[in-house]
Amino acid sequence: MYDLIIIGAGPAGITASIYAARKKMNFLVISKDIGGQTNWTKNIENYTGYLFITGDDLVKKFSEHLKRFNIQIKEFESVTAVEKEEDFIKVITEKNEYKTKAVIIASGRTPRKLGVKGEEEFRNKGVAYCATCDAPMFAGKDVLVVGGGNAAIDAAIQLMKIANKVYIADIDSQLKADPIMVEKIKNNEKVRIYNNSSLKEIYGEKLVSGVKLDIKGKTSDLKVQGVFIEAGSVASSNFTKGVLKNEAGEIFVDCGCRTNIEGIFACGDVTNVPAKQIVTACGEGTKATLSAFNYITRKK
Amino acid sequence: MTKNVKVYSTETCPYCRRAKEYLNENNIVFENLDVGKDQQKAQEMITKSGQMGVPVLDIEGKIIIGFNKEKIAKELGIQQ
Repeated sequence: MYDLIIIGAGPAGITASIYAARKKMNFLVISKDIGGQTNWTKNIENYTGYLFITGDDLVKKFSEHLKRFNIQIKEFESVTAVEKEEDFIKVITEKNEYKTKAVIIASGRTPRKLGVKGEEEFRNKGVAYCATCDAPMFAGKDVLVVGGGNAAIDAAIQLMKIANKVYIADIDSQLKADPIMVEKIKNNEKVRIYNNSSLKEIYGEKLVSGVKLDIKGKTSDLKVQGVFIEAGSVASSNFTKGVLKNEAGEIFVDCGCRTNIEGIFACGDVTNVPAKQIVTACGEGTKATLSAFNYITRKK
Repeated sequence: MTKNVKVYSTETCPYCRRAKEYLNENNIVFENLDVGKDQQKAQEMITKSGQMGVPVLDIEGKIIIGFNKEKIAKELGIQQ
């Protein structure tokens, strides 16, 4: 039986792991990937100590830090259930079943799907959720970015360097992204912003060839070869049972990252902590492990 | 026998980097094709894989989409 299982290896899970390793806990990390959402972030200018770093480089640094310890990681494994038994907690994945005294849920978030016609059919056939990964495929092409937050504007910044035209469809009357980011796209002649607009349909043959947009109540047709959906994200918390969550599926935690179930802790973007930031997730990961360590010590 | 391995990738994609690192760690020789720069190779990748997501690995004609460590290991006989 493990002392601790950490689910997720984004900034929260990795930081939690580093603290658990330093406490010499007997623990396991289970994650679909290393780095989580940071992998998809191109430009980071608000992580303390770095004036600028790319998401990829920050993940590399995190991984190096993680590899300094002999940590057991089950990568490419998805957790399907976490169940509290009388004396232990069961973590079930699609491949295995594990027993542990405590669990830290740091499973982060996944991109929100819009559920519009053509979105699923053309996924990876012009529809993309990661500009950092896929933007270079759209060199010289016309693309649409859906969304108006920091992720959307980050995608637009990457795309305007290589694409022919970058359209932005934002559901609100004004972009929500940080003004410092909006300034970077505002006067670029390649960029056209449609406020009060939403995506209705994506169409094409084998690959995307256009979209139907609702612009201020009127349907318009736009010829684009790429659609980048950056319309926020949803908490990856479907596998948890009995853990209290808010309407958005975010796990409720107290100031020590404790959930309503004894022995189950949560941290990072999967929780109801409002600031969804890398630096916040790291801090929360620290708190979660220290709370889990105290819990186990007390239990012994 | 050494298998012919091609990696269709972009410069900025973290999963492409990890896929290439994994091949390097296991001493697998491969040809890296930057589909962000080479339109012809990009088209070749789309034709082979039927989609535009990177990375795509072509291992002796077997197409693997994404950094799928298990599938790559199986195809190349890498002990995990």
